[in-house]
Amino acid sequence: MDKLTRERAEWIYKKMNDIRNFEDEVHQIFSAGSIPGFVHLYAGEEAIATGVCAHLTDNDYITSTHRGHGHCIAKGCDLDKMMAEIYGKETGLCKGKGGSMHIADIDKGMLGANGMVGGGFPIAIGAALRNKYLKTDDVAVCFFGDGAANEGTFHESINMASIWKLPVVFVNENNSFGEATPQKYASGSEHIADRASAYGIPGETVDGKDLMAVYEAAGKAIDRARKGEGPSIIECVTYRNYGHFEGDEQKYKAKEGTEKELAERDCLKEFRKYAISKKLLSAKKADGIEENSVKDIEHAIKFAEESPIPKPESLYEDVFVD
Amino acid sequence: MARRITFMKAINEGLDMAMEKDERVILLGEDIAGGAGVEHLEKENEDAWGGVFGVTKGLMPKYGRERVIDTPISEMGYMGASVGAAATGLRPVPELMFNDFIGFCLDTVLAQGSKMRYMFGGKAKIPMTIRTCHGAGASAAAQHSGSYYGILASIPGIKVVVPSNPYDAKGLLISAIEDDNVVVFSEDKTLYGIKDEVPEEYYKVEIGKAKIKREGKDLTIVTIGKMLYVALEVADQLAKDGIEVEVIDLITVAPWDQETVINSVKKTGRLIVIDEANPHNNTATDIASVVGDQAFDYLDGPIKKVCAPNTPVPFATNLEQLYLPSAERVLETAAELIEDLKK
Repeated sequence: MDKLTRERAEWIYKKMNDIRNFEDEVHQIFSAGSIPGFVHLYAGEEAIATGVCAHLTDNDYITSTHRGHGHCIAKGCDLDKMMAEIYGKETGLCKGKGGSMHIADIDKGMLGANGMVGGGFPIAIGAALRNKYLKTDDVAVCFFGDGAANEGTFHESINMASIWKLPVVFVNENNSFGEATPQKYASGSEHIADRASAYGIPGETVDGKDLMAVYEAAGKAIDRARKGEGPSIIECVTYRNYGHFEGDEQKYKAKEGTEKELAERDCLKEFRKYAISKKLLSAKKADGIEENSVKDIEHAIKFAEESPIPKPESLYEDVFVD
Repeated sequence: MARRITFMKAINEGLDMAMEKDERVILLGEDIAGGAGVEHLEKENEDAWGGVFGVTKGLMPKYGRERVIDTPISEMGYMGASVGAAATGLRPVPELMFNDFIGFCLDTVLAQGSKMRYMFGGKAKIPMTIRTCHGAGASAAAQHSGSYYGILASIPGIKVVVPSNPYDAKGLLISAIEDDNVVVFSEDKTLYGIKDEVPEEYYKVEIGKAKIKREGKDLTIVTIGKMLYVALEVADQLAKDGIEVEVIDLITVAPWDQETVINSVKKTGRLIVIDEANPHNNTATDIASVVGDQAFDYLDGPIKKVCAPNTPVPFATNLEQLYLPSAERVLETAAELIEDLKK
């Protein structure tokens, strides 16, 4: 596994900030009524997407979830085009026809946010099958929530990945709730990673608010996959800052206790502190990254707002390859 | 004269040639080889089954288990994996053993494979051919005999083809595999044994183009798959009374060939559609709707559908035969339409 270099720490910190700022802004804009549709925000879970994608190249694939903005940003999708997509504009990554739940950029190996909970599992193993068949050392990473772990696709896909030793890593973002239902209520196993033993593959539960814990676990699992040693499950315990969707009153969230303590942790602040203490970032550098990120998101919003809406005729385009 | 081979052999040959031509073509399915990991079979490089009906027999020994992949019994898993493999550059041909199993994996065609290109702003290509089989008449009862091509045909972003004979089966399958879209290739399991002339070379039959199998001026009968043979029998019968039936084999149910059907109706003024699917919201209903809209002024009578009844497929042989659209039922229906011609 690659050691965390200064350059990579800077990349991670920038991406973490981009995700946080992007989502905080989308939250505001959605409340103001400028964005239509269903929006699910990733803020609070930044350490996972960035800690995993730091190990990936454009040739590696990821599948994402309905809470997909963070994965897109970490996988290198263009911020301007992402924001334009969420606004439903012609300049969006998907020409305004996908929206928040379907942002994708296949050229970047981003196989799509997915409105179907658990929809990413089989697609990820298909990409991994392709990687193996073509004898590449590319991997696929399947991000999935704790809710998706209870879909049938989880079982079928992980079992197949195991028997075929596919180069895929299943990264669970256990943010404690599937919609408004606690993970502890919905799952028979205490930890989702515990289920790995049923498939004969490694499973590890890590602190999903701790960038380094995610980075190291993902690095090991991705290395293993690249070497052809098969899939793993990494469960990252985390918490989302916002509701399931924008507009969710979040009545189910705890007001005190360990859950509240987890909710109040900020993975950005924790990583900044860690990186400065290890001399991976200077305070000045970190400040600069934070400022640049704010500017980049402001630029993305301006780009989105000034972009044209899709032309009527595009309704009929891209149903089939002609 | 070209050699005569079965419908099943024609499909096998289409797969074989497509695999030979393009290394990106892989097959996935349950027991499409069979016996994976069984020592004595591996030693001899033998397949145990070659598919539940034997359609893929011999392909694993020729291309290996890397390209002819036996999956666990996990339809959502391998159908979804096919979408992922197609999105990333392979040309998978998964086999859904019976179309009745679509319930397990509909998400992969309904919400994923069919919509990716559109949702992703035209960036994705999903060159995936789903082979499956439909049809009553094999005493396979309600969960292995349905005809669901029409349900799939109603989903945007999917092409659906239903061949009626060995020649079309081979050429259509090759077209489907070369197509950059999701194509459902639905085989009537009761046709596997029929023989016809099939060229040995690699050739294509156009998707989206119906074939006029018999020309006539008095009545158009549009058929899907095996229903062609019902229509030809009816046409023979009516010819004895001097009634000329035009028989159109639709071949593709999505997108179906409106031009050929409408032009025929404009000529004959009468239309019967025979569709083995259950009667509501099926392909026959769609054809009736479009023809009613586009060729109303040319019609000399109501558009008639002859379909399976709105019941599951029964097991008892006599009931199953009653379930299937028959020449008798089509003749009764035709009699209502052509009364004036007999006068």
